[in-house]
Amino acid sequence: MNNLAYKLETFRDDYTFRNSPDAIRRFPFPFDQDHYMYSVNIEPHKPGAPGSVFEHTFDIDEHYVAECADKALTLAQDKGRYAALPHMMDAQWDFLELTMESLARDYPDQFKLSKEGERWTWTNLPLGIEDSFIFGDASTLPMEPLEYMGRQVQGDFVLLDQREGTLFADAGFITSQADWSLAFDIGMAWHEWHGPVPQVEKMGVMERALKFLLSLQQGSPVRRLNWTMTINPRLDTSPEHYPQWGPDKLKVTAENAGRKAHLRVELQGLFRLPRSNAILFSIRCYLMSLEEMATYPRWIKRFHRVIRDLHPDLLEYKGIKVYHAPLMAWLAPHDDGEELPLGTQPE
Amino acid sequence: MSHLNVIVSAIADVAEGIRHFTLVDAAGRELPGFSGGSHVVVSMRAGARTYRNAYSLLSPPSDRSNYQIAVRLQENSRGGSRFMHEQVQVGTALEIAWPVNLFAISRVGRKHILVAGGIGITPFMSQAHDLLRTGANFELHYAFRSPRHAAFVDELRRLLGPRLKCYDQSQGQLLDPAALLSHQPLGTHVYVCGPGGMVDAVLDTAARLGWPDAHVHHEEFLAPPVGEPFAIRLAQSQRVVEVGAEESMLEAMEAAGVDVPYLCRGGACGRCELEVLATDGVLEHHDHYLSEDERRAGNKIMPCVSRAKCTFIELNL
Ligand code: FES
Repeated sequence: MNNLAYKLETFRDDYTFRNSPDAIRRFPFPFDQDHYMYSVNIEPHKPGAPGSVFEHTFDIDEHYVAECADKALTLAQDKGRYAALPHMMDAQWDFLELTMESLARDYPDQFKLSKEGERWTWTNLPLGIEDSFIFGDASTLPMEPLEYMGRQVQGDFVLLDQREGTLFADAGFITSQADWSLAFDIGMAWHEWHGPVPQVEKMGVMERALKFLLSLQQGSPVRRLNWTMTINPRLDTSPEHYPQWGPDKLKVTAENAGRKAHLRVELQGLFRLPRSNAILFSIRCYLMSLEEMATYPRWIKRFHRVIRDLHPDLLEYKGIKVYHAPLMAWLAPHDDGEELPLGTQPE
Repeated sequence: MSHLNVIVSAIADVAEGIRHFTLVDAAGRELPGFSGGSHVVVSMRAGARTYRNAYSLLSPPSDRSNYQIAVRLQENSRGGSRFMHEQVQVGTALEIAWPVNLFAISRVGRKHILVAGGIGITPFMSQAHDLLRTGANFELHYAFRSPRHAAFVDELRRLLGPRLKCYDQSQGQLLDPAALLSHQPLGTHVYVCGPGGMVDAVLDTAARLGWPDAHVHHEEFLAPPVGEPFAIRLAQSQRVVEVGAEESMLEAMEAAGVDVPYLCRGGACGRCELEVLATDGVLEHHDHYLSEDERRAGNKIMPCVSRAKCTFIELNL
């Protein structure tokens, strides 16, 4: 997209967030069959089909400006959403370089980067930012490099230091997390960090994923999709703010579920970074209400089956259990039982 | 696996049997950045055969205009180092894999002791630049056979001054790991790269002195040993690949067009691990990766360096 029309909308209070028909069409619907099975489902993060969310290294869409504004609000309320241990400074510059170079290359009408030796000038037209700084000298930026670009790219970012045969989450910019807390997790090793995911521990999935990540190569990033559900189009579903969003789950009814209940898909990317040998874990969140999903019958029918047959442990884990009944009451009439072909495409 | 196309832009002899190569991007672009201690795997097409060897990057990681590697001519070279010494000239085009770091400096270490023997100096060249840049507390201990064998010693002296300590064996100067490791402050990390005996001595000393494993780092890439020919049966694809006496299982499979992942090609990283389903002989493990228990179980093999004394080995591939 070169001429993005950025929407004015909110991810809190009056929740005016909506997807345009275009945004619905390109939504990364994660279910290719009627039954959901946990899998690591990692694939190379290669440029995908034009127009898809996989086209570019970092996807910028119609929600960009509103999402960056929401990030700033969350950060203003809670400084702890950005944290970095001192030994992560090289990784921070790696992150800044990767994001600036990617955005300037992939969206040249929106973002510009010019370099004269170590003096870089960054222009972000949608947010009206222009700064010159010395690459590698944090005192020449208004804030640390991870926070600076974390505020200008959609999604959350964690920098993982690799040592002692494992990975440590030693820096992060987390403003749209689904239910986990940076303050609690900073400095944690892989095993502690991936707390108890039901049905997963016993499969040795985490062990294998760790082994895979430890040998992740520069120049060969990977991605995977993960999903959960959120009531109201809210980005900040952090444990700290549970009182602001948790009770909404109790307000779901068979009448309002289509508007209130959202499928939340995370596009997770993993990149080996050059100077620091750290790994960037990027988590980009896409939200779609059930009403929006229902514009594609194939999707809503499949989603009904996935939720209907989801293992009770996973319903609990994903926080769906409390409103499962009204959710099913809304979904069931949309599903005529038609046999659906495999695949995630909307029609 | 993604590759980079490079051209040899300069060659120099830097010590007896050690040749230094400067590589630039074939299209004149910047090369990817990397971190101290990284290596690249260089592919060498020698007639029908392709050799792939891992070499540490020597250049300052901040300089993306070129990469530098040093290659020692191995006495019993199966061809890789001989190819680099005899066939490669200024202007030769080579294919290299993206840099990989299996020997990184611990960024939480308070002090770093680097111990190099002979050609084992190479990974410390780029690490020294990184450590200087970040203002870390470190020292480099470099042992060599004689001044004629001491690659990069002048450059290192200029760069490091008193942080560099040399041990010239021809002058009877020996590096004593116990003396080196016994009085270090808490939080010190040690890194060793060199001949097997030296690596073992440092690892054993550190263990004896009670250093935590996480503070002891070593890099030792092995060249795949030669052996006798045998056949690999690939259970999933129902193919048979013949392994020659002078090639590794990994090389034989690559030559047959079978895609096997790798990072170090030296038995260190574990990336190439394959499952053994059957064999009519015995596995000859040469890697540093598998545990004793795993070796005893006999169902895993690292094809980059290990082989088997058998007529066939069946892999789950
Ligand atoms: S490639 Fe590293 S152990 Fe074989």
